Amino acid sequence: MAAEVDKVFKALADASRRKLLDMLHTTNGQTLGQLAERLDMTRQAVTKHLAVLEEANLVATVWRGREKLHYLNPVPINEIYERWIGKFERQRLRALHDLKKALEGNEDE
Amino acid sequence: MNKPKFVYVTYINTTPEKLWNALTDGEMTKQYWWRHRNASDWKPGSTWRHEDYDDSKAVDIVGKVVESQPPQRLVVTWALPADAQNEAKHSRVTFEIEPYMEAVRLTVTHDELEPDSAMLHSITEGWPKVLSSLKSILETGKPLAMSTGRRSRTAA
Repeated sequence: MAAEVDKVFKALADASRRKLLDMLHTTNGQTLGQLAERLDMTRQAVTKHLAVLEEANLVATVWRGREKLHYLNPVPINEIYERWIGKFERQRLRALHDLKKALEGNEDE
Repeated sequence: MNKPKFVYVTYINTTPEKLWNALTDGEMTKQYWWRHRNASDWKPGSTWRHEDYDDSKAVDIVGKVVESQPPQRLVVTWALPADAQNEAKHSRVTFEIEPYMEAVRLTVTHDELEPDSAMLHSITEGWPKVLSSLKSILETGKPLAMSTGRRSRTAA
């Protein structure tokens, strides 16, 4: 269990990998080629990052014919969320998050 | 094959049989799935219902069992009761259970969803919570607190 959590945090501790997750959040089920063409990175670098994300179970893959499709798997993130955020704090955090969004005028943050 | 819309994976320290039971036995689902019962005989062609454990008339999701191979693979259709007769509005959920090292890998694929539908938004919020809680109950005997109460409208 501890090792699983370590992998998730290590995988998330990299801006390029977070960017990949953002891209899958916007459009789920993309191929390596689709992801690589929109990033300023070599295909090999993208492949490595995807492997780390898959190892941490943040990305799930499905083969469709000869294409390997990548899906955002938020289940491990939900486990981390549930670990530290109690049932009754959720409402207040949501309100704070909405306030921050409104003040900063940024939909994505 | 249609392109799946969402794929969720979780690794659980349990056996395929226990995991199958946790998905298909209402006494188990009520503990981690918004106090709901998944009711069916789980035979291909049968119907299934996702209903309030305390009020079986309150049905949230209905569908048909498409494939059933205990304890490895379960495929069901998934719709609001209002759309029960309208198969064009049915989405599809596939549960795949595979042994993985000492544990079990559960893959849930939800596809054939209508783009931008209320159902789509509801399931993307619901599945990660339900699957985290399923993992918790099988590994520790306790569900996660957020998933034990009823919620007014539920999809996953």
